[in-house]
Amino acid sequence: MSARRLVSLVLAAASCAACSPIQSALDPQSPQAESLHELFWLFVVVCSVVWLAVMASLTLALLRNRSTASEATAAGSRTPALAVGAAVVATVLIVAGLTIASFLATRSLATDGGGLVIKLRGYQWWWEATYPAEGVVTANEIHLPVGRPVRMELSAADVIHSFWVPQLQGKLDLIPGRDNAVTITVTKEGVYRGQCAEFCGLQHAHMGLIVVAEPPAAFDAWARAQAAVAAAPTEPEAQAGAALFQAKACSSCHAIRGTAASAKVGPDLTHVASRRSIAADVLPATRGAFAAWIVDPQTIKPGANMPAIALEPAELRALSAYMTALK
Amino acid sequence: MKQRPALDVGGLPLHGLGSASPTWWGTLAFMLIEGTGFALVIAVYLYLMSLAPAWPPEAPPPDLAAGTMVTALLLASVVPNLLLSRWAAAGDLRKVRFGVVLMTILSSAPLIVRAFEFAALNVSWDTNAYGSVVWLLLGLHTTHLLTDLVDTVVLAVLMFTRHARTSRRFGDVQDNALYWNFVVVTWLPIYVCIYWLARV
Amino acid sequence: MNGTEGVRHPRGRDLPPEERERRLRRIWDPPRGILGALSVVDHKIIGRRYIATAFVFLALGGVLAALIRIQLATPEGRLLGPDVYNQVFTVHGANMMFLFAVPVMEAMGVYLVPLMIGTRNIAFPRLNAFSYWIYVAGGALLWIAFLLDFGPDVGWFGYVPLSGPQYGYGKRADIWAQMITFTELAALAVAVEIVVTVFKQRAPGMTLDRIPLFVWAMLVTSFLVIVAMPAIMIASSALILDRLVGTHFFNPAEGGDVLLFQHLFWFFGHPEVYIIFLPAVGMVSTMLSTFARRPVFGYLPLVMSLITIGVLSFGLWAHHMFTTGLPRVGESFFTASSMAIAVPAGVQIFCFIATLWLGRPVWRPPLLFVAAFVVTFTIGGLTGVMVASVPLDSQVHDTYFVVAHFHYVLVGGAVFPLMGAIYYWFPKMTGRMMSDRLGAWVAALVFVGFNLTFFPMHVLGLQGMPRRIYAYQPELPWGGLNLFVSLASIILFAGFLLFFVDVVRSAVRGAPAGDNPWNAPTLEWATTSPPPSYNFDGIPVVTSANPLWDDPETLPVATGLRVDRRELLVTSVQRAEPEARESSAGASIWPFLAAVATTVMLIGSIFSPWAVVWGSLPIAVALVGWFWPKGAPEDEA
Ligand code: HEA
Ligand code: HEA
Ligand code: HEC
Ligand code: CUA
Ligand SMILES: [Cu+2]
Repeated sequence: MSARRLVSLVLAAASCAACSPIQSALDPQSPQAESLHELFWLFVVVCSVVWLAVMASLTLALLRNRSTASEATAAGSRTPALAVGAAVVATVLIVAGLTIASFLATRSLATDGGGLVIKLRGYQWWWEATYPAEGVVTANEIHLPVGRPVRMELSAADVIHSFWVPQLQGKLDLIPGRDNAVTITVTKEGVYRGQCAEFCGLQHAHMGLIVVAEPPAAFDAWARAQAAVAAAPTEPEAQAGAALFQAKACSSCHAIRGTAASAKVGPDLTHVASRRSIAADVLPATRGAFAAWIVDPQTIKPGANMPAIALEPAELRALSAYMTALK
Repeated sequence: MKQRPALDVGGLPLHGLGSASPTWWGTLAFMLIEGTGFALVIAVYLYLMSLAPAWPPEAPPPDLAAGTMVTALLLASVVPNLLLSRWAAAGDLRKVRFGVVLMTILSSAPLIVRAFEFAALNVSWDTNAYGSVVWLLLGLHTTHLLTDLVDTVVLAVLMFTRHARTSRRFGDVQDNALYWNFVVVTWLPIYVCIYWLARV
Repeated sequence: MNGTEGVRHPRGRDLPPEERERRLRRIWDPPRGILGALSVVDHKIIGRRYIATAFVFLALGGVLAALIRIQLATPEGRLLGPDVYNQVFTVHGANMMFLFAVPVMEAMGVYLVPLMIGTRNIAFPRLNAFSYWIYVAGGALLWIAFLLDFGPDVGWFGYVPLSGPQYGYGKRADIWAQMITFTELAALAVAVEIVVTVFKQRAPGMTLDRIPLFVWAMLVTSFLVIVAMPAIMIASSALILDRLVGTHFFNPAEGGDVLLFQHLFWFFGHPEVYIIFLPAVGMVSTMLSTFARRPVFGYLPLVMSLITIGVLSFGLWAHHMFTTGLPRVGESFFTASSMAIAVPAGVQIFCFIATLWLGRPVWRPPLLFVAAFVVTFTIGGLTGVMVASVPLDSQVHDTYFVVAHFHYVLVGGAVFPLMGAIYYWFPKMTGRMMSDRLGAWVAALVFVGFNLTFFPMHVLGLQGMPRRIYAYQPELPWGGLNLFVSLASIILFAGFLLFFVDVVRSAVRGAPAGDNPWNAPTLEWATTSPPPSYNFDGIPVVTSANPLWDDPETLPVATGLRVDRRELLVTSVQRAEPEARESSAGASIWPFLAAVATTVMLIGSIFSPWAVVWGSLPIAVALVGWFWPKGAPEDEA
């Protein structure tokens, strides 16, 4: 048990020295992921034993003292026949056991829907999250209250994607024309990273998702803030940006609640600056990153469904100021 | 290696019929391939049916007349087909010639009626998935009717040439007859699918 | 039609050996010239071409693997953009599966099965020629498209909707789908030939329990091909129809279903992996018995395990779809059936070890590869058991853990045995030995390189690295291991390179092999190396499962076949009793022409449905030309 812990610790540590939200099935942070992790090690131990046994018999067979070989052949192949038979019986028992273990694990993972519902919709190549009861629409970053079961309703707008936050839960696909749902309960505060796991085209590699698990009070505050419409910018530069946003193509794709922009092609930007990162966890949500993204999304994320839009330097500054103001 | 004669096969026939003929087995193997194909398309039909809220979706079921007529024609052709196979086994060239011509006619007839079946489906392939799968089923089977007809025609011509009087040719006739039976038999579940499952 | 008719014709028995050989050569030797080369129907020549072509595709696929490894060696790799990367891994996967692994196994069967069962050519030799040309055309289609930058970019299983009419740009997905049609056509043709060859052309006396295990493996494999391939044909055709004429099979908006494609694909795709693996099991059994110097332990259990795996393989497809949200009861069933495969697979491994235990192993290169196989495949099989568990798979599905699993089983389970098989049968195919010393180096480099390359991928997958990503951010903890993997793959590449070097070197100046250099027991070693165009002077008569060990000096043969036409012996399915002296089709250009016509039609149909209509006419003409009797002696009776 402790050796196992040690191995997983080493693996996890070797893999992640600095980065804050890691994304690893070896570092479970929820009861579900924990039990998957246990199951995983059960399999590893059993399979390792099986493999070592096979290797041991192979080695013995190869290194056997051949002077006795003739006798063995003379005595017929009774002993090996018995050994093979026993091995087959052992195999049957082991796989039966592993099947039952998997079945029980599946059963224990199944939890019923909880109070909170999040609709997660996959787009090429970003996530839209809607909290129907709370009136929140956001993108690429979801917040959860610790300790409360959350029902994630998964759907896809274009092609198949897959929702996977390894530290919290196994993955489940988002499939056009089909509705999937999974319930997760996060017990530890923290920031977790997930990533789309089903190949979905050019930017499948950059379809990250951030999950923030926080105490219920903090969550409620967050939800209230997100549900609110965008505050009108106060700085002149940001105000100019707001006007530009409506005038330029931006508003034909994005929504900013509280303004005229209400398109649904791209992420809802009402509180985009409140997120930790933008463009599905490709850039931090800083002013410089906004500018970089707006001026040339195609270099940062080639193929992304947002075109580069011709802007004067001043316009760019204004727009990024506006974005940064959308807390 | 040195050789030691152990068996003389000089007395064996130059060509075997039925299960002694590789061609016969080849025909069976192809029937297995195509039979699997038909079975899978039928499975696709049932799968889509199981997902749909209503079946057929937003379309009247296919009209029965043409399809039933094709079924009747196909079933009727089985008897002369079996006879032809028997004549070929007996090596009776005169009857076989008559038989292949007859079968040419009998296998064109359902093809002609088949043309009306497509219209009787009451749905186009690009209307919805239901339309797609019934067209696929019908199209796939029609392809088989068509290729077997071409086969039969070529064989019929061959039977009037100097190449006709060999046991190999009679074997070909038997294999072709076997294949026609297969085409008829596979039609029955397809017929039930297209016409009757859309009515339950 | 009757026995007496043949009496007029000269028989081998009545002639002095040199004269008999001269006459046999005259009728069996392939025609000369370019036209002759296109008309060849000799299973050995076609088999050799098939094998060589498949290895070219292996090398090409390996080059793509190198590109993948360079790209992923560091975070945010700059060698390939996402568009090219997606083509690269798709073509790597599709090429390896459809143009290398399946064809090479079929090709080994095409070359070896007729020799191992003691006949003069494969059944339906012209179909065999056709199959090869179709295969080449399919491979050319994929690679030319790739080199022109419109190679498929949807993954080797081309899931909809990404490959569908809305998201699959241009003709890329069509190329993928049609390449499949080509290779499936080729594989189906070979499968039919092998089934009929094994059923009907076995040497007299080769009863079911005397069939070499490799032949059993090819027989089961061929049945898998026959039953599994129609599913992918339907999937890819339905996809093309959706894209070309607006059907809605996979369009949820019009009653179609996205998962239907996955069901169809994997109903084929899972048996496919055993189509690759079972022939390898057959090769291992054959080599093992030769180099352990005893009959393989557990012939009957091995045959039963081949058949059991074949049957079970049709009940596992949904284990590739565990994360799609299928009903839980169904998923558990697929877990159980997947794990059940461990039992027949275990039987195989245990019998192999028992054979080594009872025998006196001789360390020549083929046995090295067999040992590498046992070690490596067992790891891959055990990770297979892990991913067969629904809950466990929900963490590792679509990650590098799965990439590691399938390379362990594909490379460890199929490519290692295949390389051993090349070392083993190369002397038969070329008359020259490969190098023992280089062979040991190849085995060592490939074994070490492989494990260092692919074992860390398990860890990467668990650390959350999804597959099919062209880049990963530096903050993610995968850089170190990826670099390690990429460096280790250099050893692997070196091993393969050395293998190719050895093949070429040995083909030119390897030591002459002699008929039976390994002192092996099966019939292919009863004839010269390389075998004459007619394989056997006299058709062997079989009295045991290891004929050449019973009597290494003289071969009992059947006499009485004619020497003025291509003739071979047809025997009964079960007991292999002689039934007829069947003729075997001679060389013909028509299969080539038919393949060209088919190619034109299939490629045309990517662009217009009318190509099917007009393209069928030349095909029909070619087929009539193919089957129309030319009055050759082979058309008699
Ligand atoms: C040669 C090819 C080959 C072979 C032989 C196998 C063998 C097996 N495979 Fe694998 N598999 C692939 C090729 C192959 N696979 C490929 C290509 C994919 C990925 C496709 C893609 O997504 O691109 C895949 C993916 C794949 C998946 C889907 C994973 C995912 O996408 O998430 C699963 C899930 O169940 C699976 C299971 C198995 C099992 C149970 C076996 C079993 O047959 C293994 C049986 C063998 C053993 C178990 C070892 C020997 C036995 C013993 C020594 C006895 C003792 C054993 C025990 C007691 C357990 N495979
Ligand atoms: C039999 C099948 C097979 C084989 C042999 C291989 C061999 C290799 N594969 Fe592949 N692989 C697949 C089947 C196979 N693969 C499949 C099906 C996929 C999934 C695709 C998908 O997701 O759609 C895949 C995916 C895949 C990936 C994941 C890509 C991704 O998800 O983004 C990676 C990554 O490292 C990889 C690496 C390798 C490497 C390093 C080898 C090495 O073993 C290669 C060894 C090298 C050689 C065989 C060539 C050596 C030759 C020379 C050096 C001479 C060259 C000169 C001449 C041209 C003459 N493979
Ligand atoms: C044609 C549609 C389109 C237009 C026009 C467009 N965008 Fe976008 N935008 C998108 C899409 C799609 C994304 C998501 C890209 C991704 O992550 O793959 C996006 C992402 C963003 C993001 C990151 C959002 C997040 O939550 O990560 C910002 C900020 C943004 N756009 C701002 C702008 C601004 C400012 C303009 C105008 C100058 C603009 N967009 C014009 C489609 C558009
Ligand atoms: Cu979305 Cu991958
Ligand atoms: Cu599988």
